[in-house]
Amino acid sequence: MTDATQEPEGELPTRRDFIYVATGMMGAVGAAAVAWPFIDQMRPDAAVRAAGLPIEVDLSAIEPGGTIVVTWRSKPYFIRQLLDDEIAAADTLGEGDMKEYVPAAERIAGPDGADTNNWVIVSATCTHLGCVPNTVDNAPEGWFCPCHGSVFDMVGRILRGPAATNLPLPPYVFADESTLIVGSDQV
Amino acid sequence: MKNLVVKLGAAAIAVTVMATGAWAASAYPKNKPREQDWSFAGPFGMYDQAQLQRGLKIYAENCSACHALSRINFRNLADLGYSDDQIKAFAANYEVEDGPDDFGDMFFRPATAADAFPSPFPNQEAARAANGGAYPPDLSLMAKARAPIRGFPAFVIDPFRNYAENGPDYIYSLLTGYKDEVPEDVSVPEGLWYNPYFASGTALAMAPPLFEDMHEFDDGTEATVSNMAKDVSAFLMWTAEPHMDERKQLGFRVMVFLLIFAALLYLSKKQVWSRVEH
Amino acid sequence: MSKLEHHGTYTPTTGVGKWIDARMPLPRLMYDSFVAYPVPRNLNYAYTFGGILSIFLVIQILTGVVLAMHYVPDATKAFDSVEHIMRDVNSGWLMRYMHQNGAHFFFLAVYLHIFRGLYYGSYKAPRELLWILGCIIYLLMMATAFMGYVLPWGQMSFWGATVITGFFTAFPVIGVPIQELLLGGFAVGDPTLNRFFSLHYLLPFMIAGVVILHVWALHVTGQTNPTGIEVKSKTDTVPFTPYATIKDAFALIVFLAVYAYFVFYMPNFLGHADNYIPADPMVTPAHIVPEWYFLPFYAILRAITFDIGPISAKLGGVIAMFGSIAVLFIVPWLDTSKVRSAVYRPWFKLFFWVFVINSVFLGWLGSQPAEGVYVALAQLSTAIYFGFFLVVMPVLGLVEKPRRVPNSITEAVLERSAGSGGGSPQLGDATASADKS
Repeated sequence: MTDATQEPEGELPTRRDFIYVATGMMGAVGAAAVAWPFIDQMRPDAAVRAAGLPIEVDLSAIEPGGTIVVTWRSKPYFIRQLLDDEIAAADTLGEGDMKEYVPAAERIAGPDGADTNNWVIVSATCTHLGCVPNTVDNAPEGWFCPCHGSVFDMVGRILRGPAATNLPLPPYVFADESTLIVGSDQV
Repeated sequence: MKNLVVKLGAAAIAVTVMATGAWAASAYPKNKPREQDWSFAGPFGMYDQAQLQRGLKIYAENCSACHALSRINFRNLADLGYSDDQIKAFAANYEVEDGPDDFGDMFFRPATAADAFPSPFPNQEAARAANGGAYPPDLSLMAKARAPIRGFPAFVIDPFRNYAENGPDYIYSLLTGYKDEVPEDVSVPEGLWYNPYFASGTALAMAPPLFEDMHEFDDGTEATVSNMAKDVSAFLMWTAEPHMDERKQLGFRVMVFLLIFAALLYLSKKQVWSRVEH
Repeated sequence: MSKLEHHGTYTPTTGVGKWIDARMPLPRLMYDSFVAYPVPRNLNYAYTFGGILSIFLVIQILTGVVLAMHYVPDATKAFDSVEHIMRDVNSGWLMRYMHQNGAHFFFLAVYLHIFRGLYYGSYKAPRELLWILGCIIYLLMMATAFMGYVLPWGQMSFWGATVITGFFTAFPVIGVPIQELLLGGFAVGDPTLNRFFSLHYLLPFMIAGVVILHVWALHVTGQTNPTGIEVKSKTDTVPFTPYATIKDAFALIVFLAVYAYFVFYMPNFLGHADNYIPADPMVTPAHIVPEWYFLPFYAILRAITFDIGPISAKLGGVIAMFGSIAVLFIVPWLDTSKVRSAVYRPWFKLFFWVFVINSVFLGWLGSQPAEGVYVALAQLSTAIYFGFFLVVMPVLGLVEKPRRVPNSITEAVLERSAGSGGGSPQLGDATASADKS
């Protein structure tokens, strides 16, 4: 076929090789560039992203000790107003009682100027395999996952069971005394 | 061979002559749209954000009384150069229906960026009832849905001059094309308005919608009927084809790539075939 | 078919290669089919459309699969879902415009491919099956394109579906039941849309299957070439790779550049504005015309305005239209000429170009209203269309005096280069290199 030995030795093969290599590289770059939109189209589209904007929650409807579930980006989140004895129960737990210790106070929040912080906002998706845990009032136990028996405390820290990590906290911010924004940490 | 060329030429001329006659044969629109200079014409043409903003103002303050724009969400207005806060504030001027609430009732709330422009009428029947039987169409796709047939030979020439603004030219021509004097051979039914640029008849139910100085623009643009018609036509081109800027920018890169690749392939092909007589 | 001697040169060098070759010699098949496969050395660019078509089939399938991820085949949601693709889906507008314009360019390429086959006599023995398989692909393409056009559920989609399925009502007694069977109702509606979506997704894979048969048949008989002379010796051919691959690639990229120009700069030029109006079963658009690639057949359909004995004008039109495609299948037996290529047939060449111009003219007539002078012109044009196949092809082969045909491809090549005054100092090299392959 195109046998280089038939060519006279010299510059010609170099130039020819350059053209072949350049052509091949152009082809490879083109193929990669074409692949991108085919992958890109599977990411969440503009309407889905827009529907995932932060949500506002009216906290005045939640009684002390009560829990509601809200939806942000098609996933559920718990919003729970703790009683004083529940906060106390969470505080008594120490590093030896759980897999991933963080102080309870870091997972409790409240609006600016409130007397005490007593709100817990955590993901309602079990960190084991994604079921929604049941809310229980059995301080210090706060949530129990029916799928595989993971037990979380009042502020969503994993106590025992197959789940390895605490229920994550979504970005949130208190806009005012009775309004919580989930999905953004800025008002 | 010469014979063939002559025949080809003769056939081409014959076809051209007949096609020119064909334009006259199709009844509407009576007048062809008048071609305008658009910022978004041509391979490098882009939308003029200031123009689109003026067009939005005209739509919001005039057209929206009767015409829906339901495929545009408020979030899309970011393309016009508005910030998130501006969009949020603009959207809050509109009320959209939501629900059901905890009692099962539908309720109205201020629109958010994720909502579409609410329609002026709940359904087509209501729109017809309020407009003397005529249905004011949704304007979202108007600039692509109204394009009078170009006919031969224009449709052959158009790709070479990259003419793709038939839609906005039509809208502009219609909005500025109302005529008080009706020719004798045309009869205009009661309640309709004569307009020789209308695509499906001699007259339409929409009264001339634009009047001199009906708007005041922040950027000092004079509110002539022609200026406003142009702005709103450009705006409707954007609502119909919001990704046009992106499309042309990507297109430029693709074309450059393909031309370089083609040149390299041609050189490679010459090299490969250089020692084979063919 | 001496050219098959080139086969069987594949020798796996690696252990893995040998292991696979002993169990399932797919690499050997690929090598023999697309590397060592000998092609005539005198193929021109008209022979590149086969490769271009296979790439377009891939483009259509890939973009189509993507669109199906976002499209909703429901009469109330189809139009909205297409607009959702155009506005919100990432790169959705690109996928949609590539698919939409890809259909147009698929047909453009297939028409050039078919015209090339007619000009160079590619349908003649022993390539009848190859030609018929091509006709089947073309039919499947038409069905696929028609059903795809219905999916966006615009005004042209809806009324196009109504008119095309209405063809069947031309048949007495069985016509209406057949139409209702196709539509799944008494008019075009949700069931129609759903089955069209299902079939539109299925048919391209059937096309791909027939394409494999088409290529198989091609590789048994080998390509024709502009001279129409069969390959006689190794000097007549060059190996597919790199000679044909590089030429096909260059032609493909040039073709893609034209395609890209339309996708990015005039994406709606080839479509119809009315299809951006959602389907309305109560309002028919002023001018219903099919896409340009169906226009010649549409003109033939409407050209029959008179009853022929017991056959009504409506049925006659439908028969003429189906006949205009059916006639393609018997072309190998209509052409009586002993000479294959139009290059050596001066009269056939002339009639061929008349046929091409007439086909374009028929297309233009299809876009015009069926009234007045257009009807007479369409009837004349239809007569020329059928006349080319049913009169010119059989008669011309018997009466035409062809020019002298060279003895071999190599001789033709040498004659041509001698004729152009270029000489052939490199001929020895060429023969040698072709021999080595």
